[in-house]
Amino acid sequence: MRKLKVYLLTGRTIEQGKAKEFGKTSNLYKDSVAVCYIDPSDMKTLGIKSNTPVKVSTDFGSVVVRAEKSSRGSHPGVVYIPYGPWANQVVDPETHGIGMPSFKGVPAVLEPVPGEKVKEIEELLRDSFGEGSKR
Amino acid sequence: MRKIENVICPVCGSLCDDITVYVEDNRVVEVENTCAVGRAKFLNYGLHRKPKPLIRKNGELKEASIEEAVRRSAEILTESKYPILYGWSSTSCEAIRVGLELAEEVGGIIDNTSTVCHGPSILSIQDVGIPSCTLGQLRHRADLVIYWGSDPYSAHPRHIERYTVFSEGRFQKSGWRSFIRRLSGKLVKKRLSRVAELILRRKLTFPEEKYALPPYFISEEERKLVVVDVRKTRTAEVADYFLQVKPNTDYEVLQALRMLVNDQDLEVDEVAGIPVRTLEDLADLMISCDFGILFFGVGLTMSKGKLRNVDAALSLVRDLNKRTKFLIMPMRGHYNVTGANVVFTWQTGYPYAVDFSLGYPRYNPGETSVVDILRRGECDAGLVVASDPVSNFPASAAKTLVDNPLIVIDPDVTPTSMMADVVFPSAYIGIEAEGTAYRMDHVPLRLKKVVEPPPNCLPDQEILARILREVRRIRRG
Repeated sequence: MRKLKVYLLTGRTIEQGKAKEFGKTSNLYKDSVAVCYIDPSDMKTLGIKSNTPVKVSTDFGSVVVRAEKSSRGSHPGVVYIPYGPWANQVVDPETHGIGMPSFKGVPAVLEPVPGEKVKEIEELLRDSFGEGSKR
Repeated sequence: MRKIENVICPVCGSLCDDITVYVEDNRVVEVENTCAVGRAKFLNYGLHRKPKPLIRKNGELKEASIEEAVRRSAEILTESKYPILYGWSSTSCEAIRVGLELAEEVGGIIDNTSTVCHGPSILSIQDVGIPSCTLGQLRHRADLVIYWGSDPYSAHPRHIERYTVFSEGRFQKSGWRSFIRRLSGKLVKKRLSRVAELILRRKLTFPEEKYALPPYFISEEERKLVVVDVRKTRTAEVADYFLQVKPNTDYEVLQALRMLVNDQDLEVDEVAGIPVRTLEDLADLMISCDFGILFFGVGLTMSKGKLRNVDAALSLVRDLNKRTKFLIMPMRGHYNVTGANVVFTWQTGYPYAVDFSLGYPRYNPGETSVVDILRRGECDAGLVVASDPVSNFPASAAKTLVDNPLIVIDPDVTPTSMMADVVFPSAYIGIEAEGTAYRMDHVPLRLKKVVEPPPNCLPDQEILARILREVRRIRRG
């Protein structure tokens, strides 16, 4: 399967802003943040269409989200995931001594994984934090 | 149906104060003047809120009385040596004040969400200073508006319409007309090329004007909007000029603009991929305005360079003031994140990342900031108020928070409250409880109460005051 080196940006979108008010356990919220906006030319390179699951990997982790064609472009080599539990699996936690992790401009690798599923929030939390002693 | 006017929207740092809310049977049934996010909040708040506080017993969250939850929280905080008290930007100033008292009492670390938002901006402002103003000034006078690394359409949807380019000011007209003209121009071009394609029977391609020249002049009548960002955002689409920079190159572009504003020559053809000619024109545009404003978002603070990017932006505005009047303002996200900085500062002397473990306030971001403490695994308990760090912190930092005893005061069900040991479903400030919040330009506004909260959902301030009383009772016997 083809892979692509990109820069990952995370941040707000209006869809995420609306969906969070319907609750972070809602499907609406998952649909609005477990998504990666990719430039159409990059989607062509990868040979994928909208809603194909893609794996985004950085030095800090990896996460599967669904691909979505970016309607505003062009920005080849730059992908966008709205901030939330999915994006934060892969952002750079290094604060460079000032308390601020790098949420934008993180080098990442994009890879289509057509067979895999995007995790539900409960599954994502369980996999990130484990069952733990108290849970 | 009761109609309540001039309600303040508790969503983003714009704190729009012209909302009309219709209430029937103690429920908001309709709102007017809000953006999509504000509307979603007013009409759908509390959909999943639990009716009573929850305490984790044998691995499961079970309903409990407020007294029990207060007692358990006070035990967690008194047993802890170094607790984290985090959140604070989506609650009232009154609640933040009690939170600071609690942090001092338990000798913990208190930090607000600006630590992962405009924290670097605050560090730069402490270094360089900031020439800023209130949004009312800009509404009436600004003739050049620049959004750099910020997408108000997504994060502050009514910012452009209420305070900047699309607002009808006393001395500056709205930019709507030129926007409509531009739109219809594009439409005509599209139609003509379609006609030409039909006649010529082949597809026409036009070269993409990536670095087209910025509009040279500032019209006396209409304001100009310039957007600088790493991708074409929705805000960029309505801009008179959009400059696309490569990720992590804002610092170079800002410094190049500073050189040009200071009449220095750039002995290169391009800076970070942008032709110098484009930058020269942009610098000319900045100098030629009468009253400019640069709004910067977390595009500067979250990418490479972080606080140094903001340093460069502040310095650029300082340099511009040798030539014209120019101001700068950070686009603050949550509705009371500015208030959190203000209350922290007037109570402790520092705006965020305040450590009380030695009995007096200490501030050293990088050491006393919450993400660093979590990554080093130094804390042994957490209290989160009106925030969702389990979702919004890098996963490795959130893990420490989850592994330790965790108290959450939040009306919403979030991944943080799902991982907590004690959960207080609280009242929504600005809907079910009154409170003070600071707009992004440091103007304090009084949030209204429009409906009654459910019986077991107290305002954050009240819950924190009860926990503080209980902590003092335990510690003093």
